[in-house]
Amino acid sequence: MPWIQNTDADRAEMLSAIGVRSMEDLFEGIPAELRLSELLPIDAGLSEDELRREMAELSSWNSTLEGGSFLGAGLYRHFVPNVVDSLQNRHEFVTAYTPYQPEGSQGTLTAFFEFQTMVAELYGLEVANASMYDGCSAAVEAVIMASNMVRKRDKVVVSRGVHPHTRRSLETYLRWTELEVVEAPLGADGRTDLGSLADDRTCAVLVQSPNTLGVIEDGKALATTAKDAGAVAICSAYPTSLGLLESPGAQGFDIAVGEGQCLGTPPCFGGPSFGLFACAQKDVRRMPGRIVGQTVDEQGRRGFALTFQTREQHIRRAKATSNICTNNALIALRGAIYMAAAGPEGLAEVARHSLAKAQYAAAQLGGLEGYSLPFGDSGFFNEFVLRCPVPAAEVNKAIDRSGMIGGLALARWYPELGEDALLLAFTETTTRAQIDRLVNTLATLSSAAPVA
Amino acid sequence: MNKDTLLFEKSRPGNRTLRLGKLDVPEADLSKLPAGALRSTPPALPEIGELDLLRHYVLLSKKNISIADSFYPLGSCTMKYNPVTNDAMAALPGMADIHPEVDPGRAQGALRLMKSLERGLGAITGLPGVTLHPAAGAQGELSALLVANAHFAKLGQTGRNKVLIPDSAHGTNPASAATAGLTAVEIKSGEDGLVDLADLEAKVGDDTAVLMITNPSTLGLFETNIQRISELVHAAGGLVYMDGANLNAIMGVARPADFGVDMMHINLHKTFSTPHGGGGPGAGPICVTQELACFLPAPWVVEEDEGLRLDYEAPDSIGMLRGWPGNFGVLVRAYSYLRRLGAEGVRRVAENAVLNANYLRVKLNGTYHVPFDRMCMHEFVCNTRKQKEHGIHAIDVAKRLIDLGYHPMTIYFPLVVSEAMMIEPTETETKATLDAFVEDMLLIAEEAQDDPDKLHAAPVTTPVGRLDEGRAVKQPILRHACHKG
Repeated sequence: MPWIQNTDADRAEMLSAIGVRSMEDLFEGIPAELRLSELLPIDAGLSEDELRREMAELSSWNSTLEGGSFLGAGLYRHFVPNVVDSLQNRHEFVTAYTPYQPEGSQGTLTAFFEFQTMVAELYGLEVANASMYDGCSAAVEAVIMASNMVRKRDKVVVSRGVHPHTRRSLETYLRWTELEVVEAPLGADGRTDLGSLADDRTCAVLVQSPNTLGVIEDGKALATTAKDAGAVAICSAYPTSLGLLESPGAQGFDIAVGEGQCLGTPPCFGGPSFGLFACAQKDVRRMPGRIVGQTVDEQGRRGFALTFQTREQHIRRAKATSNICTNNALIALRGAIYMAAAGPEGLAEVARHSLAKAQYAAAQLGGLEGYSLPFGDSGFFNEFVLRCPVPAAEVNKAIDRSGMIGGLALARWYPELGEDALLLAFTETTTRAQIDRLVNTLATLSSAAPVA
Repeated sequence: MNKDTLLFEKSRPGNRTLRLGKLDVPEADLSKLPAGALRSTPPALPEIGELDLLRHYVLLSKKNISIADSFYPLGSCTMKYNPVTNDAMAALPGMADIHPEVDPGRAQGALRLMKSLERGLGAITGLPGVTLHPAAGAQGELSALLVANAHFAKLGQTGRNKVLIPDSAHGTNPASAATAGLTAVEIKSGEDGLVDLADLEAKVGDDTAVLMITNPSTLGLFETNIQRISELVHAAGGLVYMDGANLNAIMGVARPADFGVDMMHINLHKTFSTPHGGGGPGAGPICVTQELACFLPAPWVVEEDEGLRLDYEAPDSIGMLRGWPGNFGVLVRAYSYLRRLGAEGVRRVAENAVLNANYLRVKLNGTYHVPFDRMCMHEFVCNTRKQKEHGIHAIDVAKRLIDLGYHPMTIYFPLVVSEAMMIEPTETETKATLDAFVEDMLLIAEEAQDDPDKLHAAPVTTPVGRLDEGRAVKQPILRHACHKG
């Protein structure tokens, strides 16, 4: 039996010490009619080697992104230095619990104090928490926090440019509350048009930049409009882009959130990643999630501990700021190691390379016959929409035949853009050869397309 | 050498670890960005080379107590050994370097794994509707309460807005109820530590949406009256939700569906051996009856002639609660673990977890007060009532354990026992480890009598002693000051 180290002799001694005769007797607290007499219908156990073979087979049915992929839409394949894996895999980090006993958890706590500092710096806000589940749930929690900051207002304005998973999660969370979600449309330039939606009923305005169509929003104008209406301005920002682009804090946002996957973690079929969450220090008592603070011990030595725990469910129960308990700490630790490895220069370099690849691709694809860039050849970061002469799904099939993975056919998320809208993402890991192959593949399709 | 410096204090302008190669396309044209889009001040991230970065985190890691170095009897947390193979499986490129929006034909391995794990969890719980979507136990709880909301809305029963929660429950239960727009109502525990049936009968009614019950309870006791409890709730038209935090004690021995449970969550990071990672990530799948399955969060893994795919559009689904299908990397670990265990292994886990807990219970009983002195499940609660006269509290025992090389047990939870010390050894510990722990706990009891100050002063072997947590609130320092002056 794997991982159970007690021998039969140990077990016999233990049963005798307890004063029972058999293992079955240990379960006397469970009514007899509820106890199973047979094994569950689950396959017999495998050896480690048998498992390895099975998993090799299963994983071979999945296509990795190594050969070239233009999928992004919220999950981006960035280069991860080996030192990130090596350090995150330390057993002392991997197998520790939540740091409720600070004296025995200074490693995790110090790392999270540093993490909070780096996230606050990245977002240009004063403080950050020690992570949320992912960018999507972080945005939902930000809206809930905003509704508690601005009482007696029941409207939440959400840009259509916000990731559809975030918008759907918001709907799920808020459906049974008093809050009403109103969507702000995107203009012809792909940017959010708040119009007069932010009013005296509005507690929160949530935007995303770059938005799901890859377009960089005018954050300053959006934050100003939201705040002028007395609402809390919330921005979800792609952390990598902030190596180069203005921080949400500097643009005037009250709360900033983000998806942490791009900071050192592979896409992993969508999780686990982690969520970033930053705000002003004055609002910290309404913040969700764990927060690490600096303090001293009896000898005056610097130490770190979880703080403001009276916000949390294990103390405040039904009145907690959030129900979150377990978060995504270990992946956030990866994020901390990644940010520390990158530094401001490294992060700026990753951002510049990602932008350069996207610009190189856009310049060529936009010039192909039958293709166009509906939101212009500028104004994006590492991802843009390409209008194709054939349905995007067919373009993807052609990219697939070329040995690469295509982009996202947008019609499922944005039916108003039509079947021919394709979202393509680029990072520093995309090579020029892959982009050239993409251009050639699409050029072939264009010449084969029927003339309108 | 000062080993206690922060990254920021080690930072030297111009240093870094991550450097990319030469750009193989023309340099980015920053003038193409919208006006005002460029960052005015770079983020003050630390600037540090690879060796110093490595040393920083290796030194930090040594300041943690982990399962890898110590016995970790942290009640309610199921700190069992996390087989390292699981991590290796999750790190396979075909499991990690994959995007959820690829054509489903390029992700059949991932989808097959999810489907198989769903079936396995369905078999263990007896509840056939399974979603792997929730990010953690608390999100699983919330998902289930939203499923209940959707179910009652469909029945036109709009007045069901109360969630009954025993006073021994985890704090996430009432917090999740509030998030779901429902009102938590506390049910008392009786003298025997079990749900007080009279109190339940008085409070259950036509405004009851859900009873949330942790079984085995946080006191480590099986709710002997669980069938009666379920009957009462069902008779009033409500649903029974089980917090599956303690599933490790009963898996393969009894199935929640047979107790009358309609919905439950499973903490994969407890029972299914995904490492706790200093606080996460976990995963909180929920299992529900066939009747409720139509409301489960999307996306669903659906099987069609051409293979498996993710369906984000199930009509009655409560929707998404997070991005993408789920914490897939955690699911890979849980799947690997379950495949290694097999049906027999699943039962052996529960048996040995319960054996180890009862062994510790009988060995510590007498020296420490055990308020519910009968057969326990995978954990039990004792307290410092016998040490009170020496001025010793649960926290003193816990801190002294740190000096003796352990991670302490859970203290001050559940709230219904004063000075609670909740001990969960898990199945992966040996009798020898448990015997050594008992010896040290007896030593602490002696010290409590002879030298209580030794306990009050503990811990003394850690990088820092007891911290001034009040100061962390009154004079909050939540980040390093990167911009002095």
